[in-house]
Amino acid sequence: MSLPTNYLAPSGREEPWRFTPLNRLAGLLDTSVELASTNSLYASALPAGVSIEIKKSSDLGPISSTTDEATLRVRQAAQEVTHVVIAENAEVSERIVLKRNTADGQPEATRVLETAEANSHSTLIIENAGNAILAEDIEFSLATGSTLNLICLQEWGPKTVHLGRQHAVIGKDATFNSTVVTIGGSVVRLLPTVEYSGPGSSAELSGLYFATDGQHLEHRMHVDHNVPNAKSRVNYKGALAGDKARTVWIGDVYIRAAAEGTDTYELNRNLLLTDGARADSVPNLEIETGEIVGAGHASTTGRFDDEQLFYLESRGIPADVARRLVIRGFFQEIVSKIKDEVIEERLMVQIDGELEKVVS
Amino acid sequence: MSTLEIKNLHVSVTTEAGDKEILRGVDLVIKSGETHAIMGPNGSGKSTLAYSIAGHPKYKITSGSVTLDGADALEMRVDERAKAGLFLAMQYPVEVPGVSVTNFLRTAATAIRGEAPKVRTWVGEVKEAMAALNMDPNFAERSVNEGFSGGEKKRHEILQLELLKPKFAILDETDSGLDVDALRIVSEGVNRIKGSSDLGIMLITHYTRILRYIKPDFVHVFAAGRIVEEGGPELADKLEEKGYAEYITA
Ligand SMILES: Nc1ncnc2c1ncn2[C@@H]1O[C@H](COP(=O)(O)OP(=O)(O)OP(=O)(O)O)[C@@H](O)[C@H]1O
Ligand SMILES: [Mg+2]
Repeated sequence: MSLPTNYLAPSGREEPWRFTPLNRLAGLLDTSVELASTNSLYASALPAGVSIEIKKSSDLGPISSTTDEATLRVRQAAQEVTHVVIAENAEVSERIVLKRNTADGQPEATRVLETAEANSHSTLIIENAGNAILAEDIEFSLATGSTLNLICLQEWGPKTVHLGRQHAVIGKDATFNSTVVTIGGSVVRLLPTVEYSGPGSSAELSGLYFATDGQHLEHRMHVDHNVPNAKSRVNYKGALAGDKARTVWIGDVYIRAAAEGTDTYELNRNLLLTDGARADSVPNLEIETGEIVGAGHASTTGRFDDEQLFYLESRGIPADVARRLVIRGFFQEIVSKIKDEVIEERLMVQIDGELEKVVS
Repeated sequence: MSTLEIKNLHVSVTTEAGDKEILRGVDLVIKSGETHAIMGPNGSGKSTLAYSIAGHPKYKITSGSVTLDGADALEMRVDERAKAGLFLAMQYPVEVPGVSVTNFLRTAATAIRGEAPKVRTWVGEVKEAMAALNMDPNFAERSVNEGFSGGEKKRHEILQLELLKPKFAILDETDSGLDVDALRIVSEGVNRIKGSSDLGIMLITHYTRILRYIKPDFVHVFAAGRIVEEGGPELADKLEEKGYAEYITA
């Protein structure tokens, strides 16, 4: 597959790229740099009802279209696709764990397709660690009546550049719940996006990010309500601390004319912990029909609540412990969705660590 | 026997129009086991006094002193004051989303006691204290004060008082917003703690009702940033009858 003739490396003036530090992408968008085709996600063991197969990209193409330049690059470079299939009617209670621990730092492109067959129920955890230069296209296909819970962790090393799209196509009466956690990495730009292929479907997109000194963490949500009676909930929370810590959150929700009965709400909250950090938050709702259940959005960016800290300190709790409690509390509603104590505590400890680095 | 001594305390807040003096020379000595009621009109500075003693950063001490057994409390950080034995039950307790009551109480007790309470006895201790205050055990898992009703927040303050066992407690309108039964339960709680620990109490209130349960040894009238009259319990009855008119003449 070759790049579409209209492929042009972004200049930075384009709306989708205007926040991104293009000079820090380590060649991922540069047509003169070749991306290695890799299947860097691996599973150590698989629960019953789940299979993984590496297929040729030419045999198993993408299920969705995109204009995202990074994804187009992946589709051009990736020779293969990692295909995860959850069998029809499978009740997979054990979690499916896919890990990636890249260390060589070669620019790579990876394609993944996860197919949740009809009426299957499963939870997939993707754990990203190490230092990678990665462009990634992950698609989720949810057949009728299926439920897929995705937990995607970016606990990257400090050198990682990660451009990724996580696109779900949600079938009739199917439910997609995703929880995205981005703590590590130098530049991480993720596109958690959703479209629907049947009515009665629902998506819950939750996320947390914590950027410290010099990190650029960007999440661009896109929810395309293109069928009737579908539901979406978006809740992303971010904290920033330290010099040139940068986060971007874009929440695009489209309610098309056909999408009567849509019920959507999106929320983004940011906590600026020190001076010198910057959070951009841009919710955007476009509505083509008035026949909906509800549509709303909210975005806030604030500082540590001094009254909360005072309350805790007045009970003898030292200031640093109080700050940790407040931050953990802020992220609790997102972290608790992971429902795995070991991972939850691991993330909280990392969050404590990030906080300690910058707030004395 | 401990002594909390407030001497000639002057406190300002920063406003857009410059600093504004709220406390204008407060003198008060509270000893262990004593209960001092403070009554005064809205805006006279009672909460300012309470917050200043606890160390809220919003209030600027311009002169005077607060000492606890001779130690300069104003030099201490907020958490150090709590460790030294001061406790403020707030008029408006703060919501802390995502921090469970259990976690909060345990963290506070660990800080105050200097070591983590033993898990086995601690759970029982909390349960018992909650039961004594008629608090549903489910509160333990809820976020601190989040979505609590006014009265529930006040009970939660007294729960902390019971578990943290300070030397001195400042109760800032703990009775406001309590229904008749809750008032009795909370008052009994305070009396129980007092009975077992020789607690000294500064009780800020607008109503004599609570003083029928928690008997004050002294009543102070607070107006325009200072104490303007002192007396015994009978002073409270006089205030209830006549109001503050005679104290707020310019
Ligand atoms: N930031 C501020 N700017 C201006 N005035 C302030 C500020 N903060 C407090 N004050 C004023 O200080 C005064 C004392 O307030 P305080 O809360 O101590 O009163 P109080 O005696 O506790 O009243 P109440 O009985 O209503 O609780 C009030 O007049 C209040 O408006
Ligand atoms: Mg007050």
